[in-house]
Amino acid sequence: MTSSTSQETTSFRQKLALRGIDGVTLLVLPSMLFVLAIFIYPFIHGLLLSFKPLREGGMFANYITFFSDPYLYNTIAATLRLAVPVTLLSVLVAVPVAMRVRLVRRQRLLTTLLVLPITLGTVLVAQGMLNYLGPQGWFSRSLMLLHIIGSPLKLTNNYWGVFLSLIITVFPFTFLLTLSYVTGIDPGLEKAAATHGASAWQRFRHVMLPLLVPGLAIAFCLTFVQAFAVFPSAVLLGAPSGPTRVISIAAAQAAFEQYDFTMASAIAMIMGVVQLCIVLIVLVVRNLFYRGATSGGKG
Amino acid sequence: MQLASMPFNEIRLDRMSRSFGALNALRDISLSIKKGEFIALLGPSGCGKSTALNCIAGLLSTTGGGIYIDDKRIDQFKPEDRGFGMVFQNYALFPHMSVRKNIGFGLKMRSRPKAEIDTKVDEALALVRLQGQAEKLPGQLSGGQQQRVAIARAIVIEPPLVLMDEPLSNLDAKLRLEMRAEIRRIHNQMKATTIYVTHDQDEALSLADRIVVLRNGAIRQVGTPHELYERPAHLDVAEFMGFRNRFSGKVVSRQGERATVSAGSFSVSGTVAEDLQPGASAVLAVRPDDVTLSDGAPGGVPVTVEAIEYRGREYVGIARTPDGVEIIFHADHAAAPGSTVSLSIDPARALVFAA
Repeated sequence: MTSSTSQETTSFRQKLALRGIDGVTLLVLPSMLFVLAIFIYPFIHGLLLSFKPLREGGMFANYITFFSDPYLYNTIAATLRLAVPVTLLSVLVAVPVAMRVRLVRRQRLLTTLLVLPITLGTVLVAQGMLNYLGPQGWFSRSLMLLHIIGSPLKLTNNYWGVFLSLIITVFPFTFLLTLSYVTGIDPGLEKAAATHGASAWQRFRHVMLPLLVPGLAIAFCLTFVQAFAVFPSAVLLGAPSGPTRVISIAAAQAAFEQYDFTMASAIAMIMGVVQLCIVLIVLVVRNLFYRGATSGGKG
Repeated sequence: MQLASMPFNEIRLDRMSRSFGALNALRDISLSIKKGEFIALLGPSGCGKSTALNCIAGLLSTTGGGIYIDDKRIDQFKPEDRGFGMVFQNYALFPHMSVRKNIGFGLKMRSRPKAEIDTKVDEALALVRLQGQAEKLPGQLSGGQQQRVAIARAIVIEPPLVLMDEPLSNLDAKLRLEMRAEIRRIHNQMKATTIYVTHDQDEALSLADRIVVLRNGAIRQVGTPHELYERPAHLDVAEFMGFRNRFSGKVVSRQGERATVSAGSFSVSGTVAEDLQPGASAVLAVRPDDVTLSDGAPGGVPVTVEAIEYRGREYVGIARTPDGVEIIFHADHAAAPGSTVSLSIDPARALVFAA
């Protein structure tokens, strides 16, 4: 009797083990608790809160308000106008830079220099840019001194100020991701392509690029999500009531100026849905391309 | 598909050298390769054979000397402008392209018309016997099939020269023998001028028209497989060619080609491979196949048997001389381990080198 019970427990354990579940799996628990407490619970809380509007009009009142007020719904377009070009430019520039950097001997030094802006934080970058690129900043004054321009260039407190600061803060991240994908491709493939007659451009076009597409799609998604959440630089370097009134500003105003946390939650949810849509589109496009090993033989 | 129309007679390496800082990876490699010839670059790892191949392919620049196709100097050309085909050790197939596209890659880069590419790829697929696999991705093929694709990709462009960098070293023993025969067959059919890098003497002997033995970045000996197997010019080449038994000593007498070397308590006779006079330090080297049990005949080498293995048609034994030199020998019957026997060495097949 006892033996049969112990046999049953063994077989249950074996079944679990076959699915890769054993004692070590328990190590997942702390991080799962953390994710539950810091992400899942607040998310569900916010989602439910967004359906309990302070205003009249039923549970969808917040959403109806958002999509009927141009001052609110235009923030989606304003944010996309910033985030999509910034992401595209970052990825497009990151590819050739990464292709070059992978051949450099002092790669680590160069990478460190390029990555430095990540450590500065958006506020510091914004502050520095205000001083440097503002109407009284060195940049405009130097150009005026050299008589290249007659009046100061307007590079802050508008779209381009936010655009530039986003590029500076987001590019290193995109670059690092792209570099890891570029260096992950077996260098033997390029050699093989070269010996079989492919010029540098042909090697990139027919060998490197198709193998990079899946990685670039991921880099695009992660960069986009970062850029879409732009807040400090849109306030400090942009025109927060005009062209750079991004969606996070609308959410912040709802929460901390109107003290309507339900509306703020609704805006946050809309923000999440827009990001998700873009990410899904990119991932669907990625699936049209080859996704698999990036080495040319048995490992 | 024939390469006979390629208008050239020979590929010539003229004192080709390559150094990495102070290290001379290749020193003054001079070699003339006739059209249609199969050359094996043979040597231990680190001897410079892969460096030589990469220099010829253009993947590595030379630091001295020249590479010529007839009178055209090509060592300053980029790899894509040399028009060679290359088979890599790890195949280096493009993982995102079908077998057909992989093979047609070189033709596509040369902007050949699609109809021509299709015909030539079909011919190449037939040549490497992969007709049914054309639409598969490389990842869906076995190692041997991948290597066939790599070979087809290299020869479909009908290059003046095909370079092969240890193409069989990633395959298991059985497949390696199969692919070796396959490479031989393809070469007989195509007559593509080939440089084949390997560290495996069997591969070099069975495939090559001529073998170039490299050591420390320099050519040690060039010859047909037969010449290298029978008459290696130096001790290190001999070791590479299977002369595993060595006796160090001094030349005590010499008559014509025949020299006798005294090695401690006994002396053995062999054929001189280098000019040696009595009194010179020498090493006599002989293959295990040429050392047999003498069964009491006079003049043998007295040894103690340490181990003996049954190999089907014969026995292979390990023995030790009174001076402690290990000898591997072949025998048609077993000898008991621990027993003292006498070994006879065929003087015609033992070679005497300068020590």
